[in-house]
Amino acid sequence: MTGQGGAPIIARSNYLLQYERLAEEILVADRARSRSWRIRFFITWMVIVAGLVAFVFLTIKLDAVFINKWIPFILTGVPVTLFVSGAAIALAIVLATLGALARISSNPIPNAIASFYVSFFRGTPLLLQILFIYLALPQAGIVIPELPTGILALGLNYGAYMTEIFRAGIQAVPPGQREAAQSLGMSDRTTFRRIIVPQAFRIVTPAIGNDFVAMLKDSSLISAIAVQELLWRAQAAGRPTLQSMQTLLIAALVYWTMTILFSFGQSRLERRMAAGDRAVARR
Amino acid sequence: MTPTAARAPHEVHPAEIPGRLVKPGSEPILRASGIEKFFGTHHVLRGCSMTVFPGETVTILGRSGSGKSTFLRCLNFLEEPSAGTVDIAGITIAAEPLRSRSRDDLARLRQLRARAGMVFQEFNLFPHRSVLGNLIEAPIHVKGEPHAQAVERAESYLERVGLIDKRNEYPARLSGGQRQRVAIARALTMEPEVLLFDEPTSALDPSLVGEVLKVMESLAHEGRTMVVVTHEMAFAKEAADRVYFMEEGRFVEIGPPEQVIDNPQDDLTRQFLSRFLRAGERAAAPTA
Repeated sequence: MTGQGGAPIIARSNYLLQYERLAEEILVADRARSRSWRIRFFITWMVIVAGLVAFVFLTIKLDAVFINKWIPFILTGVPVTLFVSGAAIALAIVLATLGALARISSNPIPNAIASFYVSFFRGTPLLLQILFIYLALPQAGIVIPELPTGILALGLNYGAYMTEIFRAGIQAVPPGQREAAQSLGMSDRTTFRRIIVPQAFRIVTPAIGNDFVAMLKDSSLISAIAVQELLWRAQAAGRPTLQSMQTLLIAALVYWTMTILFSFGQSRLERRMAAGDRAVARR
Repeated sequence: MTPTAARAPHEVHPAEIPGRLVKPGSEPILRASGIEKFFGTHHVLRGCSMTVFPGETVTILGRSGSGKSTFLRCLNFLEEPSAGTVDIAGITIAAEPLRSRSRDDLARLRQLRARAGMVFQEFNLFPHRSVLGNLIEAPIHVKGEPHAQAVERAESYLERVGLIDKRNEYPARLSGGQRQRVAIARALTMEPEVLLFDEPTSALDPSLVGEVLKVMESLAHEGRTMVVVTHEMAFAKEAADRVYFMEEGRFVEIGPPEQVIDNPQDDLTRQFLSRFLRAGERAAAPTA
């Protein structure tokens, strides 16, 4: 652009103006396209939901009186489900922390113990583990009531998976962090506590959230040993009266709602944590 | 330390070299002797020794892969040497490649590390701590310094590197040059006897190199003891009291910059430097 003086500058501004208009049109078109995509996405969802509702209402008559009568009974299971999931995830976090520490330790003995733990609990079905603690251990003279059994089994199983997550999280902290800490004279312990753990924690937080949501659903397995949680109550109410369509649908909706709520809470938490180092995105 | 005829070049007392600031008779603050390093069967360092006197700035030059960084990392045992000893400010530690160290030895190793501040190529700032947090972490958790005192000193060093207004920023919000200056300040807060720089400007955008070199030059001029691995010839010429030139794991030439850089005696040194000069890199930059 060499234009100096009147005429060329006018020509140039016309040229720019023309493309400014084009840029605006592109922006508007892009926006319209993404809006239409979202509308179609939403409509598809609604069609599926409407279809399911129609199916339920047309094939069987939902017994409203029955539902009203049994809903409180079923919902009483929600706190049990939440309590079991919460206690089990807490147990799992403790076990996973110990497991991960053992797995990264230079001592072969705790390392082997943790490795065995992870291998065994990831290598056998969760339902089997629940039944084993409840039904098989009494043969060895160890009798544990239903609720603790459920928490123990879920915690042990999830702890095994989370051990690997925690270990990976610790190892995902760049080695330069450790070197920087050491070069400042920090001991291995201080380095781990002050430098590695806080960074590893951020790395694994989303995974802990995911596992909690998964736990909410897997906790239904302990209905097999008669812990009176959500699924057990749905079955108990539906089976004798042959009204399982109603009770299981209710249970499904409740699980689904809880999952959505927790996923939402989790994504908010993650966004908040990301805001802490929003900086990372900026630069 | 009195000069004798049979000494290896690295043991030449810098006071013997004209124009050195080091007082005759002063004792070395850093001494590395006979450092060997194997990576597997690859012999990376072959009998490297270095003597640094208080107030000296020593730069290690050499092509990539010659072992410069490995040698530097052996000085504070981030890399365990396969043989040799390092003495920094009176703490002597020998290579211990075959067994793990006792609790007492580890404590001494930490003391040695605390006396040798290190600045890394990749900065290695703690991303979960603010700039100030980075600086007070070690004084508080290694030295057990009271918080207020650590903050006060950290701030004075931030001022020193010109970043006091960034005290509450997180490292991710800083430019590369600013990060490296924070890293230098962080190393200074431990009041080390020696500063080790491992290619401190190699990861920087060329436009940001200057601000870091400026801080380093002013540290050199205020009499800090520094060992600097670098490719910045201009820095070596301007700030170094002595240059160690490394080639294939050996120091092949040691001397003042005007000798090693401008008039190298060793063939390999000459080849390397001539390539540098031909490439028209900063090596050619005139120094006053």
